[in-house]
Amino acid sequence: MTDILTAEREGTDSAARPGSRGVTITLARLRDFALVPPIIAIVVVGSILYPAFRTQATFTDLLSTMAWIALLVVAESLILISGKMDLSLESTVGLAPGVAAWLTLPTGINHGLHLVPGFFAVPIALAVGAVIGAINGFLIVRLRINAFIVTLGMLITLRGVLTGISHGQTFFGLTGSMMYLGSASWLGLPASIWVVLITFAIGIFVLAKTRVGRSLYAIGGNVDAARAAGIRTDRVVWTVLIIGGLLAALAGIVEAGNLASVTSNLGSGRIFDVFAAAVIGGVSLNGGKGSLFGAFTGVLLLNLIFKVLTFAGVPDQWFDFLNGAVILIVLIGQRIVGGRTDT
Amino acid sequence: MSLPTTASTTSGTPRPPVVEAAGITKRFGATTALDGVDLRVEPGTIHALVGRNGAGKSTLVSILTGLQEPDAGSVQFSGQPAPPLGDRTAWRSIVACVYQKSTIIPGLSVAENLFVNSQAADGHLIRWGDLRRKSAELLSAWDVDVDVRTRAEALTVEQRQLVEIARSLSKGARFIILDEPTARLDAAAVDRLFTRIRALQQQGVTFLYISHHLHEIFELCQNVTVYRDARHIVTAPIGDLPHAELVGAMTGEKAAEASDPRPPAPAPDAPVLSVENLTVAGACEDVSFEVRPGEIVGLAGAGGSGKFAVANTIVGLRRPDGGTVQVAGERQRRRADVAHRLKAGIGFVPEDRHHEGFVPGLSIAENITMTVPHRLERNGVLSSRRRTDMATQAIDRLDIVPRRPEQPVAELSGGNQQKVVMARALANEPRLLVLMTPTAGVDIKSKQTLMNAATEAARAHTGVLVVSDDLDDLRYCHRVVIMFRGRVVGELNGEWADQQLVAAMEGIELTS
Repeated sequence: MTDILTAEREGTDSAARPGSRGVTITLARLRDFALVPPIIAIVVVGSILYPAFRTQATFTDLLSTMAWIALLVVAESLILISGKMDLSLESTVGLAPGVAAWLTLPTGINHGLHLVPGFFAVPIALAVGAVIGAINGFLIVRLRINAFIVTLGMLITLRGVLTGISHGQTFFGLTGSMMYLGSASWLGLPASIWVVLITFAIGIFVLAKTRVGRSLYAIGGNVDAARAAGIRTDRVVWTVLIIGGLLAALAGIVEAGNLASVTSNLGSGRIFDVFAAAVIGGVSLNGGKGSLFGAFTGVLLLNLIFKVLTFAGVPDQWFDFLNGAVILIVLIGQRIVGGRTDT
Repeated sequence: MSLPTTASTTSGTPRPPVVEAAGITKRFGATTALDGVDLRVEPGTIHALVGRNGAGKSTLVSILTGLQEPDAGSVQFSGQPAPPLGDRTAWRSIVACVYQKSTIIPGLSVAENLFVNSQAADGHLIRWGDLRRKSAELLSAWDVDVDVRTRAEALTVEQRQLVEIARSLSKGARFIILDEPTARLDAAAVDRLFTRIRALQQQGVTFLYISHHLHEIFELCQNVTVYRDARHIVTAPIGDLPHAELVGAMTGEKAAEASDPRPPAPAPDAPVLSVENLTVAGACEDVSFEVRPGEIVGLAGAGGSGKFAVANTIVGLRRPDGGTVQVAGERQRRRADVAHRLKAGIGFVPEDRHHEGFVPGLSIAENITMTVPHRLERNGVLSSRRRTDMATQAIDRLDIVPRRPEQPVAELSGGNQQKVVMARALANEPRLLVLMTPTAGVDIKSKQTLMNAATEAARAHTGVLVVSDDLDDLRYCHRVVIMFRGRVVGELNGEWADQQLVAAMEGIELTS
């Protein structure tokens, strides 16, 4: 009788020691890289079909046009991993630079108030993002209202505020500080690309290597267990929502600078692209799972496909259809290949 | 009790066994979950199926209830071959299982739960009045006293089980599998459940009873089958198998006859925990007691005694309405704040491991070190090597299987999950360890490992508070504080008889 037990014990021992540990880690990491092969495939196919695709300009352009969406994907991924969601990010993108423009632009052609000097534009925009995040946090964390419905309400409200202050028109003639991130160039690349890369790098590092980062996974995976482990769950979630608002404001500044204006529909209707990129990249809608690297591959893949379609001369009218179709096809493909069930 | 359908047997020819499973083998990939096992349950008996976690019980249950097909072997019910896998109606009319986890839909009324997907005949509209009347008749026929309009989520665990049993009987099943039915019941409810099981047995219902509580099996069952490591070890009438032999069959080791598992009582010392006049509205009132370093103290009481409210207040999951908690002489703030209590030196195993114990998607290592991120940090950056090292130590100390720190906890057996929760509590090297139902739903061997870890901690001068009504857990205590309906009603010190303890938990006065 006893020998069966000891034999079994030894069996698991030898099987589980060093060698296999490395293997399992690699397998888990592989999931983060799931989208890398399709990305490479698209780049290769695009380069073969369209020689112009192969230029650095194409990729610089690609990365700088997707910069603001990529920042929103970071924000949404952090929030999704901690088990919540935020639909209102797309309105924050418009409202944060909108308020900054409203307060700084001269009266006259725009509906500016010219209350403060242009120098304050960026801090104002970031503050607006943080405040919106804090309000979301108050409603979700303190009043315990469902995040979906709270942020849906906020999405509509914030868009309404922007339409109200701008009278439904565009703020243009933005000042220097608002223009900088969207138009400057560092080391030969647009600043917006650096902002995205740095944001992702910081995010990846924080999620993997710091306690607050790991606590997002714990909270999203099982909030009660996280609380019982001494994690101040409410505080962390609240912070993540504020960071989400800040990142959305940053995205707004980048895109406003890029367009040299703030339209009253800036960001409108794009939140589902953000969700789609995160989910395709392996971030679970149920919380507790995913990585920012994966999310980055998600947003990159979607934008690459569009770049190729543009080169192929597909008419604009079909882009919404193709956008939706691509998302669905990728999800179906992942289900068949990877058997991922939780997204 | 009335007697719906299937009446008692008109004896004469011996009836075939209710279940006869022969040579059942089931593999999942490389693991063999069942290796040519047999099971034979005679009609009208209560048959116990015991074995450690991973012995193959759950797999057998899923085969006996038609959720999975065996790779080899045959199953017969009352002499008839088992129906095909897809024919749910046929399966439901033969066998039913009341699982540990509820199969009741919480948002629906009891009435609708009884007739899910058969609320009305095909092509007819639902007539709610009729449905409620039928449900009420059904419940009263089986003597279940529950209002059919109640939403199922409002039911107690006990009521929920009774509704599930009544539902299976209404489908015609006369063979019922009870999987750990007492895991979340208090002693009085267990007694009521046993009375009911015996009454149904009188009416010809056959039971397969799965439990880790051996005393329940000796009390209730006529026959017992033991599985170990996916194999059939023994089947015998319960009278032929003394306690020690049964444990031996389950563990594969000669069980030492129960000796006193307690470490020597510690020398008098300043208390590591003192609770004074603790009050939580609606749960407990004026509770005071102390725990000294190295002492193992039980906090016992039946359901509704308020013991968990007291424990949750101590560990910082709940805010008290009055009274104080002091840890090592330091008075704790009133607000519920686990992080602060961790710093004060409290480690704990929460009441419900699935709910509060671990994050299923994260690895063993991450779960174990969740309470001590500061130990893994250098300049604010976590070291995964340190995390793996800490986890490996804990895995060795608590004998967690598989021995892979990166394995997600969701993939572990119940016993090993609970060990992870214990490891998490111990990770901070606490001076006070609060263990709430630390061995619920855990097999004998894991129970011993878990409680030995607690005694080891006590030897190293940690004060241990065991919050439980499981007599096996309370054997490890130097002293047991007993609560009843929110108040401390007594204390047992040194030596006591189990009956004394049970009586006290039921609110019968202690005779000193």
